[in-house]
Amino acid sequence: MIVHLSRAEEEGLDGKFGDSISIAYKLLLSIGKATDAERLIPVDWVHLSGVNYNTIGDAGANFLTKFSEEARFSVQTTINPMGYDAHKQNNLSSKFKIKQGEIIKAYENMGSVPSFSCTPYELFQLPERGHNVSFAESNAAVMANSVFGLQTNKESSLSALASAVTGKAPYSDLRMSSNRDSKIKIKIDTDLNSELDYGILGYFAGKAVKESCVSFGPHVSNIDMYKAKSLAAALGTSGSCGMFSNKEIDGEAISFGKEEVKSVMDELNSNESGEVIALGSPQLGLYELELISNMMGGKKFSKKCMIFCARPIYEKACSSGIAQKLESAGANIICDACTCLSPLLTHDEYDGVITNSIKAAHYLNKSNRVSVCLSNIKSIIKEYTK
Amino acid sequence: MELNISLRCKVIVGGSASGRMLVTKQPINFLSSVDHLMGMITDSNHELYGQCLKNSLLVFPYAVGSSVGAYSIFALKSNGVSPSGIICTSKTDITTASGCAIANIPLLELHKDQDIPEIDDFSEAIIDGESGTLEIKKV
Repeated sequence: MIVHLSRAEEEGLDGKFGDSISIAYKLLLSIGKATDAERLIPVDWVHLSGVNYNTIGDAGANFLTKFSEEARFSVQTTINPMGYDAHKQNNLSSKFKIKQGEIIKAYENMGSVPSFSCTPYELFQLPERGHNVSFAESNAAVMANSVFGLQTNKESSLSALASAVTGKAPYSDLRMSSNRDSKIKIKIDTDLNSELDYGILGYFAGKAVKESCVSFGPHVSNIDMYKAKSLAAALGTSGSCGMFSNKEIDGEAISFGKEEVKSVMDELNSNESGEVIALGSPQLGLYELELISNMMGGKKFSKKCMIFCARPIYEKACSSGIAQKLESAGANIICDACTCLSPLLTHDEYDGVITNSIKAAHYLNKSNRVSVCLSNIKSIIKEYTK
Repeated sequence: MELNISLRCKVIVGGSASGRMLVTKQPINFLSSVDHLMGMITDSNHELYGQCLKNSLLVFPYAVGSSVGAYSIFALKSNGVSPSGIICTSKTDITTASGCAIANIPLLELHKDQDIPEIDDFSEAIIDGESGTLEIKKV
C-alpha cells in the first residue's frame, strides 16, 4: 500500500520547508508504510515522551538540541515528566542536570507546553470524542482511546515528534473505526478488587494479545481512575496494544485466572519489602491523592514515602489541604517527575521499593535494577503507617 | 553444502545490510531490555538474554512497551552497537519503524506467507532493501 501525500506534504518531504519538516515527513512515511496508511490526517494535540534524560540519554539529548534549532511545533504539544523536581533538593550529578536542562530547552524552543506530566488527560481540556490526537507515553495513549474516546495510535516519542512538527499523523490502525472493535477478549476468572489487580490484568493482557484493541468485558465498566490508570499503564508497558474496551464480544478468548496472576507476580514482585514507598506511575491525580489521604486516617508513614504527581495537581491539592495532610504524614510529594525510570530511585541508594504500580515495578526491576515489593494501596497503608 | 533461502519482505526503511542472524519469537521492549551503550539484551526473562545486537540482523516479531523505545534504537545506532538491519516477522510497530527511520537502519517486514526457517545461530544473511528480500546463507 502506498501512502498518498498531498502536494504540500510532498514539498515538505522534499525539503522545501526546511530539514526538520523533511525529517518529520520521512518519519511519518515510514510509519505509514509500516501501518498500511493510505494518507495522513490532521491531529488536534500531541503529547510527547522522551523528556527524562534517564531514558533518552546523550544520543536523544543531542538529537533534540540539533532538531530544535529549526523545528517548531504546529499544534498544542504537551510533554512527559523529566528526571526530577527542580523545586526540591536532590543529589543528582551536575552532568545529569545539565543534560536534562538541554532537553528542556530544546522542547521549549520548539514551543511545547511545559507540562512534565504523563497524565495530560487530567490537566488539559480534552477535545471532543472522536477527535484525533497523537499521544506517545503509552498510558496516555491507552487512556485516550479507551476512556476518553479520542483516537490515537500507540505512538512512539519520534512518531509523535513528527506529528507535533507537521500537525499530521498516518491514518491507520486505531485511527480507523474498523480497528477499534476488539476481536479478542480476556476471559476473567478471578476477582479484581484493587488497582494492583487491574495492573496485573493489564500486564498479562499486553503480553498475551498481539492485536491493537482488547476487550475485558464488563469488568472494566465503571472502574475508578486509579484502576483505569493502573490497567492502562500496565497494558502499555508489556505489549503493543493501545486500547481496551468493555464490549462483550464473541470470538477468541484468553483466560486470566489465579495462575496468570501468579506468573505476573513471580516476574515483578522481587522483594518482600523495601526502604521506600513510591506511589505514582502514572502520576497520581486529585482523586488518588484524596483517596490516600482519607485512607491514612491521620496516621503517619513508617517508611520514607515518595508521591509523584503533576504540578497543577499538587497546586490544587494544596488549595484543598490534601497536600498538607499527606506531607504532615511524612510523604514527599514530587512534581514534574515519575517513579518510572526516575533517577531518584537507584540501586545504589535502595535495595527495595514498595509500590502498587505494575508499570513502575517493570522499569524498577529491569531498568533501575532495584527490586520491588508489589502491594495494593490499601495494604501498603495498613502495613506501613502508624 | 551451501544453501541460500530467499524470503520476500515489505520495505519500511530502505537500504542494504548484512550480518549474522539474531532470531527470536519474543517481542522486545527496547527501553527496558537493552543496554544502549553496549548493545546487549539485559532482560533475563528474554530468550536473547546476554546476546549483543551489534552488527546483527535482528529478526523479531515487534516491539512492545515504552514509546521511548524509538530513541533507544537511535541511541544504539549513535553508540555504534545497533543491529545492521531489522526484520519484523509479525507486524511492524510504530516504535521500531520510527526508530529505524531516524537511525537509518534498514527495516523490512516479512510477508505474511513467508516463514523464517529453523536456522543455526549466527547464520549469515543479507537484507536487500531495494527488492525487499532477506537472503539467508545456510551452511
